[in-house]
Amino acid sequence: MSAGPAARAWPAEGLARVPYWIYQDEDVYRREQERIYRGDTWNFLGLEAELPEKGDFKTTFAGEMPVVVTRDETGAIRCFENRCAHRGALLCLKDRGNLKEIVCVYHNWTYDLRGDLTAVAFRRGVQGKGGMPADAAPESEAPRKFRVEVFCGLMFATLSDKTPPVERYIGPGVAARIRRVMKQPVKILGGYTQVLQSNWKLYFENVKDTYHASLLHLFFSTFRLNRLEQKGGVVVGGEGGSHVSFTMMKTDSSGDEYEKAGMRSVSGGYRLEAPQMLESVDEYGDGVTLQILTVFPGFVLQQIMNSLAVRQVLPKGVGRTELVWTCFGYASDDAQMTERRMKQANLVGPAGYISLEDGAATGFVQRGAAGASERSSFVEMGGRTVESNESRVTETSVRGLWQQYRRHMGL
Amino acid sequence: MDVELQLNVENLISRYVHAIDDDRLEDWPGFFVEKGRYRITTAENYERGLPLSIVYADSRAMLRDRVSALRHANIYEAQRYRHTVSSTLIERIDGNTARATSNFQVVRIMHTGDSMLFAGGRYLDRIRLDGNDSRFEEKLVVLDSRSVDTLLAIPL
Repeated sequence: MSAGPAARAWPAEGLARVPYWIYQDEDVYRREQERIYRGDTWNFLGLEAELPEKGDFKTTFAGEMPVVVTRDETGAIRCFENRCAHRGALLCLKDRGNLKEIVCVYHNWTYDLRGDLTAVAFRRGVQGKGGMPADAAPESEAPRKFRVEVFCGLMFATLSDKTPPVERYIGPGVAARIRRVMKQPVKILGGYTQVLQSNWKLYFENVKDTYHASLLHLFFSTFRLNRLEQKGGVVVGGEGGSHVSFTMMKTDSSGDEYEKAGMRSVSGGYRLEAPQMLESVDEYGDGVTLQILTVFPGFVLQQIMNSLAVRQVLPKGVGRTELVWTCFGYASDDAQMTERRMKQANLVGPAGYISLEDGAATGFVQRGAAGASERSSFVEMGGRTVESNESRVTETSVRGLWQQYRRHMGL
Repeated sequence: MDVELQLNVENLISRYVHAIDDDRLEDWPGFFVEKGRYRITTAENYERGLPLSIVYADSRAMLRDRVSALRHANIYEAQRYRHTVSSTLIERIDGNTARATSNFQVVRIMHTGDSMLFAGGRYLDRIRLDGNDSRFEEKLVVLDSRSVDTLLAIPL
């Protein structure tokens, strides 16, 4: 398409500008795979509760790299590349299951649950004929193994020895907010995937963008769930790419900032006939009704009232992203609590009263900036730097993303 | 084969999909009984016995709320659906109730002209039979795929 990243220069304004080529260039995308997903970052793999038994496995991705995640015979979580040492075929073809060993279907090469090659079919040939040379070492092309850390029931993996432990990587403020939601054993309630017609970073920015929440999502503001005058804040963690934002609905002062500003997002007179859907309980005793948390480069943890979910952001090409949602409750939930979570699940996902628009908005940017690769978006709400903030009328966590991103990418 | 039952049920399903495709969403809740249930889920969740839905309503009031949100609150690009429903199998439960299983496909047509096969799967319906006024007690939409492109605003 155009000049490589080395020839591209970030705008002089720094974090307050994001050049549109960053969402468009194939070579940027390739470099992200190497420097971010296979570099010193933590890839989110899923909930540990997805693999309750020894031998359980799931397949997923670290960036574009297919990986297998297992619970081995000792009970430890393992992650390795889903690629046979022999010819590079996928080792595991299923989404999930339970196995004692993994056998590549192509030529029956066999691996244990840690990803170690244990057997090569006909390695010594048949009846003294054929087979590999005695000094052959096919292990040299073995699937790459990840360092795995399970933090509060969340499985993360990195290929780098340099990635700091998860808690240091995200910082204490964000870590505390993960502990808050992952406070007890969880129960998987289901999942789905939302396909976004945009670059992955547009979605990751969207989740971090506290400024848009009550402006794009009318459902929230109409019911005063996320009005900007509500009490809350933004904490930016680690190198900037992780964050948490939170809102305390009950402190709503019922102000009229939106009306005064003439915002489209308050149209008035709109009421639910069945508001029971929004009846929630304070499970954490802190009055925080909404908490959105991210870990660079692709993890989202959501608490919207009693709707809990993790989202995995997977790049599928320059202009395509898959958002893998897993909704959960706690193992201790009774039937009534599960029903409450299921009703509130109407707020999220591809048909979510709140989340629905995010699927479209990121695509609007991808399409809108199609002819503007040399221009930039303007990101000065809340200033030009990265810091935690008591106001959510800020883009501080968006700038934080770019701070960490540029460090990894050398841009 | 109970031809009258077959026609009754197929007619209900046909009227239902035409109302959606013709953008008469305000008529949509009326195809359900007052305490009717409507769910969209994936085959994966359904087969694993997981309760999560993409859309979940257990009353006409909740369905009306969804229409109201689509009309007044939610932001999405202009788009239409075209449903094709086929292979409806019907089983009578009792004098007033029947179960129906149908295949469906939905083509989504965007204002830009882009058309795509947006959704496919099964309708698992429980229907209260009442002559020309039969209604859904429950409509479970099971999507064959776990993936939804961009967003699902208009009901299936």
